[in-house]
Amino acid sequence: MAERIAGGPFDVAIVGAGVVGCAAARRFALAGARVIVIEKGPDILSGASKANSAILHTGFDAPTESLEWELMRAGREEYLAIHESLNLPLLRTGALLCAWTGDEAAKLEGIERQGQANGVANLTLMTSAAARAMMPTLSEGLVAALEIADEHVIDPWSAPLAYLAQAVALGARLLRNAELIEGAFAGSWTLTTTAGIVEAETVINAAGLYGDVVDARLGLPAAFRIRPRKGQFVVLDKAAFRLVPRIVLPVPTEITKGVVVCPTAFGNVLVGPTAEEQDDRDRAAVGAATLNALLKRGAEIVPALAGVPVTAVYAGLRPASDSKAYRVFCRPERRAITLGGIRSTGLTSALGLAAYAFKLFADFGVGLAAPPNPPPVAVPNLAETRVRDWQRPDHGEIICHCELVTKREIEAALGGPLPAGDFGGLRRRTRAAMGRCQGFYCQARLASMTRGRFAAPLAAEDAAR
Amino acid sequence: MSGTSADVVVVGGGPAGVAAAIELRRRGVGRVLLLDREQELGGATRHCQHSPFGLREFGRVYFGAAYGRRLTDEAARAGVVVRTGHSVVRLDDDGALLVAHERGVETLTARRVVVSAGARETPRAARLLPGDRPIGVLTTGALQAHVAFYGLTPFLRPLIVGSEWVSLSAAVTCLVHGARPVALLEPGPHPLASALLPAFPALAGIPFHCGAEIVDIVGGARVESVAFRRNGEERQLACDGLLLTGRFTPEAALFAQSPMGLDAGSAGPAIDQDGRCANPLYFAAGNVLRAIEGGGWSFREGRAVGAAVAEDLRRAAASGDPVAVRYEDPVKSVVPSLLRADGLAAQSFAHFQLRFARHARGRLALEIDGREVWRKSGAWAPERRVLAPLPDAAIEARRVHFRFHEEA
Repeated sequence: MAERIAGGPFDVAIVGAGVVGCAAARRFALAGARVIVIEKGPDILSGASKANSAILHTGFDAPTESLEWELMRAGREEYLAIHESLNLPLLRTGALLCAWTGDEAAKLEGIERQGQANGVANLTLMTSAAARAMMPTLSEGLVAALEIADEHVIDPWSAPLAYLAQAVALGARLLRNAELIEGAFAGSWTLTTTAGIVEAETVINAAGLYGDVVDARLGLPAAFRIRPRKGQFVVLDKAAFRLVPRIVLPVPTEITKGVVVCPTAFGNVLVGPTAEEQDDRDRAAVGAATLNALLKRGAEIVPALAGVPVTAVYAGLRPASDSKAYRVFCRPERRAITLGGIRSTGLTSALGLAAYAFKLFADFGVGLAAPPNPPPVAVPNLAETRVRDWQRPDHGEIICHCELVTKREIEAALGGPLPAGDFGGLRRRTRAAMGRCQGFYCQARLASMTRGRFAAPLAAEDAAR
Repeated sequence: MSGTSADVVVVGGGPAGVAAAIELRRRGVGRVLLLDREQELGGATRHCQHSPFGLREFGRVYFGAAYGRRLTDEAARAGVVVRTGHSVVRLDDDGALLVAHERGVETLTARRVVVSAGARETPRAARLLPGDRPIGVLTTGALQAHVAFYGLTPFLRPLIVGSEWVSLSAAVTCLVHGARPVALLEPGPHPLASALLPAFPALAGIPFHCGAEIVDIVGGARVESVAFRRNGEERQLACDGLLLTGRFTPEAALFAQSPMGLDAGSAGPAIDQDGRCANPLYFAAGNVLRAIEGGGWSFREGRAVGAAVAEDLRRAAASGDPVAVRYEDPVKSVVPSLLRADGLAAQSFAHFQLRFARHARGRLALEIDGREVWRKSGAWAPERRVLAPLPDAAIEARRVHFRFHEEA
């Protein structure tokens, strides 16, 4: 007999601790709801949300008046409003959407018109010369460009962590290693998970790559099907950062936004993603030929990137579906909301999706306790553009030399209300072992510091147990 | 100059850095400050287990941390001010260094700076290896730090990649600490270390495959198997780790992020015959210059550069534009790659150190202003040291060129 999770019944159970689930937890907790987040993995951001291009989009190319467009705008506005108080970075880099052929250049005016129709300000069509004056490292092959000045870069992992941290500070609970097995609705929900039974009035499906599976396990009608789309990325050494002061976007095609070259909040340069359909929902393998092709493409766009060392490579799966649109379904009679098919703009739209879900929930007519006074929550800053912990006194020592991660930061990430649940979670919270040596210098120390902390330990001695 | 933190700051306390600092003091330089970002001196020798250190420089052998302690004693005896736990995060054009330590950040200034930051192995990402990204993929340095400092082993049945001497060392480390390598793979057609290497794994019962390309790393949380292709055939080996050995690269990020940049061949800073960088306030020595030499070599190199810096302090910093040494495939790198006509009497480098990018057979020739002054024929292999004389004529020359005449 599975154990009943204490603290219930909860007002809201959110399935999935990706960026959408974390944002939803925050929104509902701020409104006074008792929230539990059910996460299959050992840590938050274990699925689609762990790999993206970290851009806070304007939505210039979203289908006008679509839900995605509306929620991207709302999500972006809220991020801009709250990022300071949560200590989240914002790199106002702006973007140059670059046309490399006459055909592409012919599309720029249409893209500008769509952006204007989408209410995006600060769009400027530019000649090749003007764009290259703005960013001299761009290839001479540039034909024309559209400046989108309000595209920004953020920290894709600290943002959701901050959202959930705020929810947890308000009493929300994160249940890890809890795969949803089935849900039964009888006026309220009884959710059977691998970590115990959760009772909740309302369920929100934010299960990302398993959105359709979770709907099925909840006994909800099959409304969509997830079709994972893999994106591979190459992260270049920090030496490249000064070469790429702006996000460089390609002219999008029907299928994908295309390969982007952009700076990261951590002082690197990112080249990617690819767009590769696959059936597997878990395996995001990188391929040598694809990574080489990305490097080649990056150096075609910014020739000075040729030969810059690779710091990291990764691949993520986008929870695309059998439609381009977001797949949001509200079933008041079942007290269920599905936030599905958030294919590639989830980091931007997450706060908007959360607010939208809350609006849908309001129509359920369920009472909540009075909204509490939110306690201040601030996550550690990892962005190079702001003061990092190593610049402050008494941090213990620097453990990861490539990314200048301190002992104090690692200890903080292993403790507190939302401790790292695996090595990936520790890396995302601190940047440790994310730099150019990828752990040559610090991994042994990290293995020692994390002993007894992770279900998947670094040391073989502990894994064998 | 009284406003400086030291006459010379040495960045990195491995054999090269300690030797440079000691030599500077021996030659009467007053204030020599040695920084290391780790808590103890020694650099890579702290965890290297494949060979003893110290025979050439101290007349006896030391293993691991004991060598670092000897370096610490020698530095103290020479009057070097040592500060560990100090990470240099930026090299400024005027010789100022931004330094991070436990108490925060500080800017240190010096009349000259010697960088001896060592080298590290190329990790998985930079090798563009395909597949999943589970726990258990690491380099020899990380493995040896696990066992030497924390008594931990990161895997029990690793697959080892590489065939340099360090690969042998990695295999021995595994065996000594109870891990059983499932195989040793070399992506290239030949082992990179001498002919001894293929014999060793066979002796230890470890299969060895040359020309083996990794095509997939499989694993959820931890490595479960690795697939490789050899002679057109694909094989999958069950293992719980992937140990990437060798392919050392200079730990030269400080240069990469400064206007000095990196030498395209060596991936370290470009230096002249005195060990001086493009910015004449900076010098470099040891494995940050090229990958890689042993501790004894680095120690001697550090001492030679220390001697040059001591002399350089007695005059104005070099100002002339250096001449870049030219070379072509299959030569991968030449150190020094710059020559300055206004160099020092105490010239640190009596030889050019070359590395080859690939196996090649043919004649290597040094031309100075169009005239061939040195040549050598033979078979050349990657990752092997090649020395060519650095004649006085080269220092004054306008054009110094290593040519290679390949035999079919």
